[in-house]
Amino acid sequence: MKQLIDLATVFGYISLLTVGGGMAAFPELKQLTVDTYHWVTFPELMHYYSLGQLAPGPNMMMVASIGAQVAGLPGAAVVLVAFILPTGLLTFGIGRLWNRLANWPWRASIQRGLGSVSVGLVLAGGIVLARGALTDLMMIALAAGVFALLMLTKINPAIPIVASGLVGLAAYMI
Amino acid sequence: MSKSPAVAPPVAPPPSLWRLFLGFLMMGATSLGGGVIAYLRTGLVTRYRWLDDATFVELMAISQSLPGLNATNMSILAGDRLRGWPGALVAALGMCLPGASIMTAAAFAYGIGGDDPVSKAFLHAIAAGAVGLITVVLVQLGAKMLTEIADYVFVALTAVLVALFHVPVPYALIGVGALAIWWHRPRSTGPHKATDPQPNDPAS
Repeated sequence: MKQLIDLATVFGYISLLTVGGGMAAFPELKQLTVDTYHWVTFPELMHYYSLGQLAPGPNMMMVASIGAQVAGLPGAAVVLVAFILPTGLLTFGIGRLWNRLANWPWRASIQRGLGSVSVGLVLAGGIVLARGALTDLMMIALAAGVFALLMLTKINPAIPIVASGLVGLAAYMI
Repeated sequence: MSKSPAVAPPVAPPPSLWRLFLGFLMMGATSLGGGVIAYLRTGLVTRYRWLDDATFVELMAISQSLPGLNATNMSILAGDRLRGWPGALVAALGMCLPGASIMTAAAFAYGIGGDDPVSKAFLHAIAAGAVGLITVVLVQLGAKMLTEIADYVFVALTAVLVALFHVPVPYALIGVGALAIWWHRPRSTGPHKATDPQPNDPAS
């Protein structure tokens, strides 16, 4: 029971940090689930993140995996509710309020100000993930290859992501 | 949006709750490879014609300014527009259910096969590829949201504080956020006027 309460607290808290995308909360997600609570190891967290890339819907549904690993199905359910409900209610409330604030001058200020901070948070999340994932030259080459391919073509991101996994697999086999 | 009403497809009548749920379930189950927003736009605006493009862009601007996953926030806002709070509920459920079920199942599968070095090699390389994908997202977000040098300073400051100095995200968010909002504060007389960062390309 203590564990379920911890899961609810941690993931409710992390959900509030996902401004600009799930990646913005990645540094705090790593800090809490790996370093503080030892629910998963950093490689495990990265592997779940990778699986989340392969699953449909929002990538951050990978939080359900952490909940399931810690406390089975109840763990997954608790984590999902904690992760989605608080921000969901906030979005619902502000979504209704927002239209009435259309002419409030600070609305544009908030959007612009939080815009740059949210890009910074996604960047920080990317750096934390890169530290764990880019362990050798081949991994760096894979990241650069996916980046180049997605910048230059209109290909579905799922294709180069799966392809990089297959390259890693092939390199291991050889 | 400068799209002429003659070109924009007419908006269909709001769907029933059940149809709404099924629509979002379909989008939640088929949006592979990240970029769920692109799938949402295709579904909501083009395929089902539940929203027009201008409404979609407006809802997306709200989604991106608030905490929560963009796709979930979009589902809640669109569901609320179409069917009130029950619509918001079923839309968010439909969007999250497929991915959440798969990832729950994945945890059990990982418990069985996760120590296998072959699957480790596969997943580690995918994490590396995902770093490339995040960089693309950063470039796209940056092009949309960063309009002056000060914005880049706020980005760098946030990233350095969080990733290098391990400042907890809320402190960075509130601290740099307050600074950035103050920087873009409304100025009624000055030449600098804060404008909505309208995301003009919802498909990206």
